Amino acid sequence: MLPLSTHLEHHGPLPRTIFKVVTPEERDSAGWPAERALVWDPDGRRDVSEIHRDGLPWGGWLTPGDRQRAGLWTGLWVNRVRDPHVIGPGDVIRLRPEGTQARILYRRGAKANSLFATERCNSLCLMCSQPPRDANDDWRIAEMLDVVSLVDHDERNLGITGGEPTLLGDGLLAVIATCQTRLPDTALHILSNGRRFADPLWTRKTVAVGHQDLTWAIPLYADSPDLHDHIVQAKGAFDETVHGLYQLAWWNCRVEIRVVLHRLTVPRLGALANFIYRNLPFAAHVALMGLEPMGFAKVNRESLWVDPLDYTDELADACCYLAARGINVSIYNLSLCVLPRDLWQFARQSISDWKNSFVPECGGCGARDRCSGFFASAGREWRSRGIRPIPPMQDPFPLAALSSGDQPKCD
Amino acid sequence: MNSRPAFRGPASFVPDGGRPYELLPFRFARLPNPPGTVLATSEVGEYAFLTDQKFQDFVGRRLRADDHLYRDLHARHFLIEPGADPHLDLIATQYRTRKSFLRWGPSLHIFVVTLRCDHSCVYCQVSRRSPDAARFDMAAETMGHAVNRLFESRAPTLTVEFQGGEPALAFDRVKSLVDMIEERNASERRSIRFTLASTLHLLTDEMLQFCREHKICLSTSLDGPAFIHNANRPNGSHDSYERTVEAIDRARSIVGAENVSALTTLTRLSLQHPKEIIDTYVSLGFRSIFLRPLSPYGFALRSAHKTGYPMSEFVSFYRAALDYLIDINKRGIVIDEAYSTVLLNHILTPFPTGYVDLRSPAGAGLGALVYNYDGRVYASDEGRMVAETGDDRFVLGTVVQPYQALMTSEAMQWLLASGVAEALPGCSDCAFLPYCGSDPVYHASRQGDPVGHRPTSDFCRKHTGLFEVIFGNLARRDADVMRVFLAWISRRTPAQVSRAGYMP
Repeated sequence: MLPLSTHLEHHGPLPRTIFKVVTPEERDSAGWPAERALVWDPDGRRDVSEIHRDGLPWGGWLTPGDRQRAGLWTGLWVNRVRDPHVIGPGDVIRLRPEGTQARILYRRGAKANSLFATERCNSLCLMCSQPPRDANDDWRIAEMLDVVSLVDHDERNLGITGGEPTLLGDGLLAVIATCQTRLPDTALHILSNGRRFADPLWTRKTVAVGHQDLTWAIPLYADSPDLHDHIVQAKGAFDETVHGLYQLAWWNCRVEIRVVLHRLTVPRLGALANFIYRNLPFAAHVALMGLEPMGFAKVNRESLWVDPLDYTDELADACCYLAARGINVSIYNLSLCVLPRDLWQFARQSISDWKNSFVPECGGCGARDRCSGFFASAGREWRSRGIRPIPPMQDPFPLAALSSGDQPKCD
Repeated sequence: MNSRPAFRGPASFVPDGGRPYELLPFRFARLPNPPGTVLATSEVGEYAFLTDQKFQDFVGRRLRADDHLYRDLHARHFLIEPGADPHLDLIATQYRTRKSFLRWGPSLHIFVVTLRCDHSCVYCQVSRRSPDAARFDMAAETMGHAVNRLFESRAPTLTVEFQGGEPALAFDRVKSLVDMIEERNASERRSIRFTLASTLHLLTDEMLQFCREHKICLSTSLDGPAFIHNANRPNGSHDSYERTVEAIDRARSIVGAENVSALTTLTRLSLQHPKEIIDTYVSLGFRSIFLRPLSPYGFALRSAHKTGYPMSEFVSFYRAALDYLIDINKRGIVIDEAYSTVLLNHILTPFPTGYVDLRSPAGAGLGALVYNYDGRVYASDEGRMVAETGDDRFVLGTVVQPYQALMTSEAMQWLLASGVAEALPGCSDCAFLPYCGSDPVYHASRQGDPVGHRPTSDFCRKHTGLFEVIFGNLARRDADVMRVFLAWISRRTPAQVSRAGYMP
């Protein structure tokens, strides 16, 4: 697990806070604006005078160690990174004018990178891992635009999460449009509750942006409106989300359907799979996701927690129902040791690097390099009684994959 | 951050209390097997099995909103809740999807290139002509017009089927048609699949090579083991079975095994031998068998007293054959029954199939057109067979007339007025309606008018019987049977379907 923040020192002027960490050589070939680049000096031995001589308005100098400012360099000087592994070349970082914390907004080579759109949300899901706050954070639009302009051109996928990103309205559309022009080869994956798409005008506006590779990942927790509405704590949400999914389908937008597995969703999981196939067969992907023990999930543990071993049958029912009918289906966030062997083909390594961990039992496990592992936030009370090392085996995936196994998107 | 907001309990989200749910249009049947099972089907073909008591509770609006059955029936569009409910949109979309075959016009185009044939099958529906009667071949001018009609259909995917007679006796016609169609398709850019119905006996290596080069799939008749096949399909040398098996081998070696299929026509003799017929197919390496009852059309009616049987006997045969097929599939032998696969697709998926003979509105004309060797155009192969006996009511016109004229012809209007099963007496309230079709040609030819009379209709007896067999299997919720069915509809092997999954 590699955290998304660390502490460091910065000295000198700080006219902006978001920077791309690059070597001068890479900056030249990729064309990043010099003023937004921090010169990457991993071992503190780069020749300052040579780089200074090129006359470019460099954003600053970053050296993880404690090399002191070279006399020639009058601009921003960043050093003494507390956890030097956290920052690397290609990353986009945010510094705090007052304070030592630095946040990684984009990490080169990570399984998944997400832009954080807003803390606001119009739902209040009982298991929300990122409880919403009703504060105006429209400044994040500018930040996202800033980050998008610094993401590697060859990045394969980028996520947008929240909160509910569609609450940003035109601001979100601006971010999507920028991704489209700035990152034409990057798949965009946006987590949304889909409710706003019930409004045909909004849907048309999002379609009008014309992004070439955009997936809307939208949760549907039950086939019964009252069950879904209870889980998201919003009456009428089921109707809005289903209407929204239809609006998106009407415009041939790609949608993924996400189901979080817990005590309130498990009893109708098979019936939900049936509902999805009969009514939403256009779904490009269905993700059945283990609970992330963060935020409200912790608060509501009593009403939500089920040991995955105790919902194996329901999970297999839903998963195999969909797979047999050609729907691309994945299991997220559940370790292989709690899944029956024939479901392994659906399990993805879905947990983002920065919150992914393993437990002591994983030490002698033969399937660890194919396993999702666990959320780092999962304490003992969130661990299945089924966790155990799996003996090494010749063919850990005995059945030919039935689903094409879309590139998994992380949480 | 983890401060607990005032979460509301489930009761706050239940629909307004006290107002009863509304029933949506649905149909039902009491299945003979398993006893006591009520099958309910929604307007768009979702289904539910209920006990009689629960069924009474449902229609009496006594189900509670938190009952799992209530939730099942709501999600499957049997009932609707008061207030704004997206389910009407969902139903409309499912309906549009199920009937989406209507969007494009006919996709199956049958070219009867000749009436000549070297066989004299006991159940032949066509007035076959001796092999040297060349005036029963399709003329060049006719072919040109027919190809124009083919491309007037807007369907992006077209199937071109060459029929006879025995098309191998007029293979030059097949070649010309393929060349004309491919040339035309260079600019039309449709997806075109060719099939050729033949005994295969007379297909030379050179002809097979042509089939391979132009990706023509071969469909032949194989009625089972030699004693059945030779009795049903006599040729001059009394060796039709042996020659068919030899020809299948030869054809497979040139066009590839996956491009050679066979179907079985069942006579009274066949009905005694379901296992022997299936075993013959398995031993010859077929992955599919199509068990067809006799089609009592045209000239086949003349021999019906000798070869025919009541439809109930076919249904009994079918039940035994299906049980045997399921059994051997469970043991690892991969073979499906093609008609079951069509019915299962209609039942288990929200999508239509490419199968044009079981549709409402009828596939006749809307899904298929037949260009006869003499230039006459029919709405279905059966219509053509009836016409061979002198009954011209099914002639839409001739190949020189444009598509629009053919489709608005009197014959077409006469058929289509009775081509919507949803509006036919005996069909409109049938539980199997969403999966079935209308067959105005059959009813017109057998019962005098295209509406027909269901209680005495063999079309209805056959399909009611087959649906009861299949739904009987589904109602038992046997996971292994379901795995076999899912394998059939998804073109996988049962071993690749590790579990049945949720069974509604």
